[in-house]
Amino acid sequence: MTEIRYIAPSSLEEAIGAYAAAAGAARILAGGTDLLVQMRAGVVSPGTIIDIKKIAEATGIEETPEGGFRLGAAVSGAALAEHPRFGQAWPGVLEAVNLIGSTQVQGRASPGGNLCNGSPAGDSVPAMVAAGAVVTLQGPNGRRTMPVEAFPAGPGRTNLAPGEILVSFTLPPRPKGSSDAYLRMIPRTEMDIAVVGVGVNLTLENGTVTAARVGLGAVAPTVLLVEAAAKALIGSKLEEAALEAAAEACRAACKPIDDKRGTIVYRTKVAGVLLKRTVAIAAERAGRN
Amino acid sequence: MNVINNKWIGSRTIRPDGADKVTGRASYSADTSMPGMIWGKVLRSPHAHARIVSIDTSRAEAHPGVKAVVTAKDIVEFPLDKSVMLGIQDMRWMSRNVLAREKVLFHGHPVAAVAAMSERIAAEACKLIEVVYEVLPHVIEIEEAIKPDAPILHDFLSFEGKPSNIAGKLEHKLGDVEAGFAKADVVIERHFKTRPVHQGYIEPHSALVSVVDGKAVIWSSSQGQFMVRAMTSLLTGIPQSDIRAIPAEIGGGFGGKTIIYLEPVATILAKKTGRPVKMVMTRDEVMRATGPTSGSMSTVKIGATKDGKIVAAQGTFYLQAGALPGSPIRGAAGCAFAPYDIPNVHSTGFDVVSNRSKVAAYRAPGAPIGAYAAECVLDEVAEALGMDPLELRLKNAARQGTKAAHGPVFPVIGFVDTIEAAIAHPHYKTPLGKLQGRGVASGFWFNAGGESSAQVNITEDGNVAVTTGHPDIGGSRASIANITAELLGIDYKRVSVLIGDTATIGYSNLTGGSRVLFASAMVVTQSTEKVIKTLCERAAKIWKIDPEAVVWEDGEAKPAGENAGKFPALSLVDIAAKASETGGPIGAGVQQNTQGAEGGFATHVCDVEVDPELGIVRVLRYTSFQDVGRAVHPSYVEGQMQGGAAQGIGWALSEEYLYDKNGKVDNASFLDYRMPVCSDLPMLDAVMIEVPNPKHPQGVRGVGEVPLVPPLAAVANAVANALGKRFYSLPMSPPRVLEVLDGA
Repeated sequence: MTEIRYIAPSSLEEAIGAYAAAAGAARILAGGTDLLVQMRAGVVSPGTIIDIKKIAEATGIEETPEGGFRLGAAVSGAALAEHPRFGQAWPGVLEAVNLIGSTQVQGRASPGGNLCNGSPAGDSVPAMVAAGAVVTLQGPNGRRTMPVEAFPAGPGRTNLAPGEILVSFTLPPRPKGSSDAYLRMIPRTEMDIAVVGVGVNLTLENGTVTAARVGLGAVAPTVLLVEAAAKALIGSKLEEAALEAAAEACRAACKPIDDKRGTIVYRTKVAGVLLKRTVAIAAERAGRN
Repeated sequence: MNVINNKWIGSRTIRPDGADKVTGRASYSADTSMPGMIWGKVLRSPHAHARIVSIDTSRAEAHPGVKAVVTAKDIVEFPLDKSVMLGIQDMRWMSRNVLAREKVLFHGHPVAAVAAMSERIAAEACKLIEVVYEVLPHVIEIEEAIKPDAPILHDFLSFEGKPSNIAGKLEHKLGDVEAGFAKADVVIERHFKTRPVHQGYIEPHSALVSVVDGKAVIWSSSQGQFMVRAMTSLLTGIPQSDIRAIPAEIGGGFGGKTIIYLEPVATILAKKTGRPVKMVMTRDEVMRATGPTSGSMSTVKIGATKDGKIVAAQGTFYLQAGALPGSPIRGAAGCAFAPYDIPNVHSTGFDVVSNRSKVAAYRAPGAPIGAYAAECVLDEVAEALGMDPLELRLKNAARQGTKAAHGPVFPVIGFVDTIEAAIAHPHYKTPLGKLQGRGVASGFWFNAGGESSAQVNITEDGNVAVTTGHPDIGGSRASIANITAELLGIDYKRVSVLIGDTATIGYSNLTGGSRVLFASAMVVTQSTEKVIKTLCERAAKIWKIDPEAVVWEDGEAKPAGENAGKFPALSLVDIAAKASETGGPIGAGVQQNTQGAEGGFATHVCDVEVDPELGIVRVLRYTSFQDVGRAVHPSYVEGQMQGGAAQGIGWALSEEYLYDKNGKVDNASFLDYRMPVCSDLPMLDAVMIEVPNPKHPQGVRGVGEVPLVPPLAAVANAVANALGKRFYSLPMSPPRVLEVLDGA
């Protein structure tokens, strides 16, 4: 039996150095709620585990000077839920992050891990896409940023360059009249994986949608930003025709597979249904802001 | 209903195993370890159906850390042409299920096993075993398996003179169904399908075996240590007297642990290596290779006259056996129509093999499948007649004296009482909202008696130690403590109830068939009565009076008759203190093949709400009404009723095995095999109705299985009521519900 090396560096530089030194044989540990399960199942067997929870930037929740938020990649769902202002600004992102796993898992599971796992069904990802989150990555060649929707490359794959670590998510400032929501379809009420997940982020001015973003999960190889759905909503007062057009845009964007978790027909139909329901929640919340 | 004035029987005493289980102290099979212990791991078939051409274990045996390898040639061979039965299990099939012999018959079928210094080395070595397979076409579903050109699993099976996957047939006939249907004003015939579902016990199968000087000791998770001993003996050739099977606490069984998988394999590995061998299945192995209950294909036809009298019922039930014969057709064909007084019944079951894991018992095996079809058709009959579905059931309910198609004439039973209680219950009258529906269904289970042994000993300090021979999966220890305390007239805390192993208590049949409390209460009662007689004799000796002149009252021996009041009463403590002087230790044991178990009946009412856009069905309210005979420990009885309802709701709405095109289970985990979680269910209400079994000292009827009989139909009928559309296939999962609603 091969030994596993575990390190918990306190700086990002140290982590990146160790990650590069391991030359592909290392895995990053945030909450570990995917990694440890994969190790037990024999899917991965890393030689080195680099725990990033001792790195302040990876676990902090900061409010940016512009009025946005910066979330460390390894922030746990439970820590995010306890933040006094995050949930008011981004209730949709928070509810999505809090859907990852059970109450016990929430003490560990993080949005960074959820994104790096690369699953098209990751709950936090459509909400982050809808939020317009930008991710910060750091590697041997320095720092860079990219929109969150550009991060996944396919099921289980990401666009992280070799040696790069996901550091944080930056969420933009909130104009008045903005809010978001996330809904997913699961056959059970909890302890399940999204068959379809929809994140919607809206800004309303006197009842008219002035900005919108729609993220759609579990219906294609990666989580999608559905710009056609957003376009259908922007300028509308969320009349039935606009909602139906946005729902149709979601259905059209679906490129799902038939698998044990849902059929193509079912996923496609449900994408439209959830779009309408998620918009209704986001709009109701935005009306209060 | 509770007219019996008891202090302990019927009281909710604190369960003796409770503190151990909530603190993690309880010792399960996988918690057991021994010095020098090594680990066993099973190599499983990668094919759904293949002939085993050769097995070369030499590379695995040479792997560092490997101590032994076993294959089917290491276990006793049971030739295909000679049946050897152990209870309801045929050892020809059991042996081939434990280790594949001529063929592998399902993906995950054990082919060989390795014992090594660690679980990891054993797993590595499994990969070094070279098995040459000749892959054969496979068949998974019943409708495919019974086609004339289907791949045949077993050359030795034939049906109606032709090679077939139909392994058996069972028929019950009463009256003349054709004549009955001719008299009917309404006749409804429907076809149904259900999927196999797993028992879903949390604790995976596990065994630790030590063999020293040819004598084996087995610690394992099972529903019967004597079954473990007998099957291991048959498969290893070790005489029963040289095997001691020790029952651990059990983390759920529901029927699935009434057979063995690991014990004989670990025994042979332990014997070969001279070291204790431990084997623990993963969840994946449990889901792939241990018994679910059958999937099914059924047709039920029921005819009734205008006034609501059922005149004929016909049912054909095809049940999956898995890869080796033995599906519970008796439960499906026997129980489907048993709740009703129907003059003409024809019920037929077919046992069908296919390339799935061999089925194992699951609470009321087969009965939920039969009841699903029968009770759904009954609902449509009620609709066609314009009758309330419970009134229809009441009008036709079996009562004392009704002849059931499967044989017996019912004695005193409480079926009518369950229907009347449901009709009178506030649940049945509560108004329903939009997209909500209410369904009802009833059900029957045979229940069972059989062999049990007990020993009741008075300790030297005047307390009581009771030993029985059944793993406690449903509260038997607490219930036996209640009964013993009641009979002796002492505080139940003074009674300690233990489960003996095969060396310390006499033969006791499985914990199954809802038999344990019925049977063990009988032998414990008789043992305790013997003890009381002895206690009176000892008091008589102390007082120097005739034993007939002593009575046992409120935990004390008292002089009676002309001696009444002449001597101060003697307590259990007093008599125990003088036991040596008055004749020696006090205790008694009884061993018996108990008789007189009578059937159980239940009626369930279920409310659902459907989200027609997502196809989600949620259960809003659920109430079970059951004739429980006598609720010796009511909390446990309610738990049985609630558990059955929860499992039935899962069966109806979300649980199913999914196979890929290669015949491999595609959802072998609790993530994708969707059992309901707590938040999926409302509080499940349990209404106990006590119609005591006249053939039992405490009036006990089995309560553990009938709770799973009605729910499938109750949920299906509720969904039909909510949507005005019927589903004839389970589970009613979201994609299927949308399919039906969208008319696809």
